[in-house]
Amino acid sequence: MSRSLWHRVAAPALLLALAALAAGCGVKKANTIRIGEFASLTGDTATFGISTRNGIELAAQEINAAGGVLGKQVEVLVEDNRSQTTEAATAVTRLINQYGVVAVLGEVASSRSLAGAPICQRNRIPMITPASTNPAVTQVGDYIFRICFIDPFQGTVMARFAFNTLKARKVAVLFDKSQDYSTGLADFFREEFERLGGKITTESSYSSVSGDIDFKAQLTGIRAKAPDAVFVPGYYNQVGMIAKQSREIGITVPLLGGDGWDSPKLVEIGGKALEGDYFSNHYSVENKSPHVQAFITKYRRAYGDAPDAMAALGYDSARILCDAIRRAGSTEAQAIRDAIAQTSGFEGVTGTITLNAERNAVKPAVVLQVKDGRFRYVETVQP
Amino acid sequence: MQDGALSVFLQQLVNGLAWGSIYSLIALGYTMVYGILRFINFAHGDIYMIGAYAGYFAVTPRPGGLGLGLFWGVLLAMAACALLGVIIERAAYRPLRNAPRLTVLITAIGVSLLLENVAQHPSVFGPNPRPFPDVIAMRTLHLGPVAVSNLQLLIVGASLALMVVLQLIVNYTRIGRAMRAVSYDRETAALMGVNTDTVISATFAFGSALAAAAGVLVALVSQVEPLMGIMPGIKAFVAAVLGGIGNVPGAMVGGLVLGVSEYMVAWHWPDFRDAIAFALLILILLVRPTGILGTGAVEKV
Repeated sequence: MSRSLWHRVAAPALLLALAALAAGCGVKKANTIRIGEFASLTGDTATFGISTRNGIELAAQEINAAGGVLGKQVEVLVEDNRSQTTEAATAVTRLINQYGVVAVLGEVASSRSLAGAPICQRNRIPMITPASTNPAVTQVGDYIFRICFIDPFQGTVMARFAFNTLKARKVAVLFDKSQDYSTGLADFFREEFERLGGKITTESSYSSVSGDIDFKAQLTGIRAKAPDAVFVPGYYNQVGMIAKQSREIGITVPLLGGDGWDSPKLVEIGGKALEGDYFSNHYSVENKSPHVQAFITKYRRAYGDAPDAMAALGYDSARILCDAIRRAGSTEAQAIRDAIAQTSGFEGVTGTITLNAERNAVKPAVVLQVKDGRFRYVETVQP
Repeated sequence: MQDGALSVFLQQLVNGLAWGSIYSLIALGYTMVYGILRFINFAHGDIYMIGAYAGYFAVTPRPGGLGLGLFWGVLLAMAACALLGVIIERAAYRPLRNAPRLTVLITAIGVSLLLENVAQHPSVFGPNPRPFPDVIAMRTLHLGPVAVSNLQLLIVGASLALMVVLQLIVNYTRIGRAMRAVSYDRETAALMGVNTDTVISATFAFGSALAAAAGVLVALVSQVEPLMGIMPGIKAFVAAVLGGIGNVPGAMVGGLVLGVSEYMVAWHWPDFRDAIAFALLILILLVRPTGILGTGAVEKV
């Protein structure tokens, strides 16, 4: 092919074909409402993504069985981001530009929600994060919402629990410097614990993104200052290894953490080393309220396991979104956004959800303890 | 009660030596291959990963694995990786024996990416980390101010034993003598009747087996995951250069120095834990390019 022929005929033809392809993908099927989810289905925090996806799927099935939304069936499209921040941005772009979703659900990890949120905001597509607790996530813009509590509260919960319930006065902190969730939660914990009159003996860090698997250097430094407890606000994979290695080098005081601990994998990794440790969470499977137990039964029937908090939050987020679309009476982005913002007194599995002016939910937290390899309910803390 | 600075220092020293002996084991593979072929096998860190998985499947109880004891698990992993090392050498590096060195180097990076991505495929190992089964009940021994776990003792003991065996092989066996001859001058050795291809295969087998042992020992205290070999691979390469690339005792010393340095840095400045390895690399290249125990001219890789 001569060069000029390429320029005149082939290249424009190729462009046209590509444009047609892109347009074809963007066309919404008339009888479904497309909702996108970006999640870590594989990688370092795979159970977060799998659980949220399961929860969202369960909610969508129920809603569709009951006739769908606005007379249409709900279709959930899930993109895996392999637990990587850069992949999260790619996944959200694909959901919006290629699949033409009307709203986005995700992520669990705050760093990944922070990567996806600006893209949703720019495209004026409402996004609800089920479980990202770092306050910065919803500050990205007026299209970004969350249905969980935020870390200034979660950090306070654990600081007060350490100071008042455990009577700890000296606590060491070991956080994941590569995750916004972990650095934020460590800051809020320290602030409140020092305000109460406690002392932070050591503040040390590791990096899950660099693939750290050996924490004994930091733990040895922590042990030397003889703290009453160690606050480890990381994700379950590293926390499991940290628990093992801290017992290995002779740290016997309890470890404390946040909702990043909640995974069926935690105990599989940390084993007996985690016995007696505490973490804050969004809900407990021991909640006796009938609609929580009904959800647990349904989830167990569908997936075999009891739902963790990520599954429960995923379920709630999908139901809140569908409820908002129903109230909006249309799938137009602005209308959905306004309807989500007006969510008030929604009875979720993880509590009653009302969104405030900052687009965050204000909800109680529970403290759980690892006992015989299971997460036992200890107490509920009101905001 | 708070510990004094000296006892913490001793504790970090012990931890660092245990961790460094892992680097030593991996570094040996780099240095042996370099000694003979003047080439850095960048797929070495991934052989360590495959070794860890082989150990994982060997000791995981049936039906998920073979349910072997740890000792047999390590041996099986070493045998599997020795075989893998030989296959990789034969398939990827031998056809390029007389090609420019850069070609082989890029091929090695290609092999590395191939292993990492094949391992991540769901039908192979899958991308998710897996906790290593608890094959040994962890116990902590208190020796004066220093606490040592039985796992750390196992890591140090196994590493030392393997390094001694390697030294015996290199210095006192026929194949060891052939390896030294080839590393001294490949062409002359060939003229003297040494089968250089066999020697090179043996070198890859020994190096890969040591990496596999290191992989299982690390997995024992952490987990297995398809990208677990990248960082230790690079660090062990630094350790090999630090000790003097091509020099077997140098790789051991380099690994221990790197392990201890990392622990001392991570104790006070955890952010710089990974940086220290590369700072040391730059320093040694500036001050003593042949490495701590290295001799002879350095060639451009």
